[in-house]
Amino acid sequence: MVDIVKQPGLLRPAPENFLSETQVAAVAAGRRDFLRKSFLAAGAAMAAPMAARAAVEGDSNILNLPEWSTTLGKPVATNPYGMPSKFESQLLRRESPGLARVGGASVSFAPLQGLFGIITPSGLHFERHHQGWQDIDPTRHRLMINGSDDKLLKKAKVYTMDELMRLPSVSRIHFIECGANTGLEWGNVAVPTVQYTHGMLSCSEFTGVPLKTLLEDCGVDYKKARYVLAEGADGSSMTRTIPMEMVESGEVIVAYGQNGEMLRPENGYPLRLVVPGVQGVSWVKWLRRIEVGDQPYATKDEAVHYIDLLPNGLHRQYSSIQECKSVITTPSGGQSLLTQGFYNVSGLAWSGRGRIKQVDVSFDGGINWQTARLEGPIQNKALTRFNINWVWDGKPAILQSRAIDETGYVQPSYGQLRAVRGTKSIYHNNAIQSWKVVESGEVTNVQVL
Amino acid sequence: MSRFSKSVFVFALFSASTAAIAFDGYQGVGRQATPAEVKAWDIDVRPDFKGLPKGSGNVERGNELFEEKCASCHGSFGESNEVFTPLAGGTTKDDIKNGRVRGLSSGELPQRTTFTKVATISTVFDYIQRAMPWTAPKSLKPDEVYAILAYLLNLQEIVPADFVLSDKNIGDVQKLLPNRNGMTTDHGLWPGASAKKGGIGNGGVPDVKNVACMKNCKSTVQIGSTLPDYARTAHGELADQYRHFGPVRGTRTLEGDAAKPAAAANPNLELATKSGCMACHGVSNKIVGPGYEEVVTRYRGQTDAEARLIGKVKAGGQGAWGSVPMPPNGHLPDEDIKTLVKWILSGAK
Repeated sequence: MVDIVKQPGLLRPAPENFLSETQVAAVAAGRRDFLRKSFLAAGAAMAAPMAARAAVEGDSNILNLPEWSTTLGKPVATNPYGMPSKFESQLLRRESPGLARVGGASVSFAPLQGLFGIITPSGLHFERHHQGWQDIDPTRHRLMINGSDDKLLKKAKVYTMDELMRLPSVSRIHFIECGANTGLEWGNVAVPTVQYTHGMLSCSEFTGVPLKTLLEDCGVDYKKARYVLAEGADGSSMTRTIPMEMVESGEVIVAYGQNGEMLRPENGYPLRLVVPGVQGVSWVKWLRRIEVGDQPYATKDEAVHYIDLLPNGLHRQYSSIQECKSVITTPSGGQSLLTQGFYNVSGLAWSGRGRIKQVDVSFDGGINWQTARLEGPIQNKALTRFNINWVWDGKPAILQSRAIDETGYVQPSYGQLRAVRGTKSIYHNNAIQSWKVVESGEVTNVQVL
Repeated sequence: MSRFSKSVFVFALFSASTAAIAFDGYQGVGRQATPAEVKAWDIDVRPDFKGLPKGSGNVERGNELFEEKCASCHGSFGESNEVFTPLAGGTTKDDIKNGRVRGLSSGELPQRTTFTKVATISTVFDYIQRAMPWTAPKSLKPDEVYAILAYLLNLQEIVPADFVLSDKNIGDVQKLLPNRNGMTTDHGLWPGASAKKGGIGNGGVPDVKNVACMKNCKSTVQIGSTLPDYARTAHGELADQYRHFGPVRGTRTLEGDAAKPAAAANPNLELATKSGCMACHGVSNKIVGPGYEEVVTRYRGQTDAEARLIGKVKAGGQGAWGSVPMPPNGHLPDEDIKTLVKWILSGAK
């Protein structure tokens, strides 16, 4: 447990029931020496707070008015673009040492361990760049739509940001998860906290134009054009193949808005593709071109990377959907519980196949499960927050969460996943995450098979 | 009211309602792309070689270009694991014959290289053309892409040293790719139509089936893996990666000096990081290039050290510290290079 002395504001009475029935009877019978000993024993566990109470009449933060209650505050627009409190300096996007040698082709993970609800603050959204990020001048940005063949599209068109933002828009909340999220853990436990195990995950409200609207504006021939290539305007000009079925469903969006403002440069400003339920690499950032075609493209990030190695030596190509997954974020690896007693165990669940139906939580490593509360609204291909009550009795525990989506798919265990896909797949690890709690209150990352 | 005006009124109502139904497109939005614009941006090359530009290049020219533009990251033989995963190596003559890389399943392969994985030669051409070299993407002409690809194919022993790769024979090379039969799309992770319906994959059927047992689901809990000790501290002080208030605390993982907050900002170190130096050089440790302390040691007492190092940073160099060359950094402002070199020679403190 974290040293109780350092916890601010704690004025703890002696714990209830620290005397047994027999001992109470003994006290009543006048054996006060025994009571003194019992107080000493109880006091050893509570030494500092008890001393604190003895020394002061109460919490000095209450008794002595703090400066924020007794001085004039700052005026409006002191920060024209508001920033988090100066006390919130710990929750940052962070890299995992040794994962990549070059910052331009690396990952920074979102600090899931301290986020609430389902929306990721835009400044903490995870990053994955393939050749560095750019801050593109929106007045010079163009989106081109063309066909691999003239017959697939009535006319190739060019749109400016002015034009795209005139079109009817939609705003939807969706999660984005890198296909390699939790990839470090395919073979064994490798990283300490949920930021590094699951932090290539974020969720935002995206605003933009359904790609369908644009393709139909260009006169697409849906009968022939069954695939879409999306291409970025950055140095890597990242490309991925997307099925036309998804575009026709209206779910795929050419987005410029994120959480009420424009996309952040690191997330593709001024234009990115949103492909709900599909791994992040397909959500092409700095989107400059859409090509419709009659066959898939086998681009570098679907023919050399983002392919899943199976035990038989074959690679799965065009693996795209992020299957149902969940993780407990509080408490989680690298954290320590403060004391025994009540905790609101909280986490995130999501599925690339639709809505979350149920999340179960186990405190004994998966022997018994209880159904958690889902915090609404529960949305299609969006993060869903779950919570469950827990009273920690100070004994070792293993916390797990298991999500079920609307298709009935149940998030698998490591044993089940490895039996099919081995340990070298890198991508699409959606196994049940386990956090072990020991008597000291320290929570660590373990894998239960 | 005359009959005339009444009929106008009826007509007006009628036309208003049809205007709401008959939507006539997003007028004034977007314009037709010109052929030159499409040509400038439509650079993708598909597995059936649609989009492949005409041209050719030989292994020898590819070797020169690779040394000049690629080796600083990939090593002279595409084998380097220093900056990116290796391009070449890991396949056998049998693999070329069978179109399956045996090492992928036998466990004999220490690390996958590009050519142990890729099943489509178009992919490599497309990627080099669109994204390489690292610091100057899209600067290679088609003949240069052919040459570099020819060199890589020769490194992989797929083509001989006198080979000339071109748009005419690239289809023949495809038939020799060592892992050309190594991909499967028979899985449930493609969100489009299934193979049976003319698409890819199995239509979204999952490969793993768990059931939602609730009580007494197993008798023992089998722990497969726990966090190794080195991994507990490898990500820095975890206590500082969570709020200092709330239901839990970050666990204190580092003791003593390491747990203290980072020293005051170092503008020179920041400049070195911003300029990309720290990706390949540590202060005291070698990463790809030498550590700065090694540089100081080597140049100690040499009066022209500053000028020589400025030249090396600008123009790049190879051989002084091993086989991986230093790329040229002519894009950095002269003033920054001078500041950095002075800082390095003064001990990079």
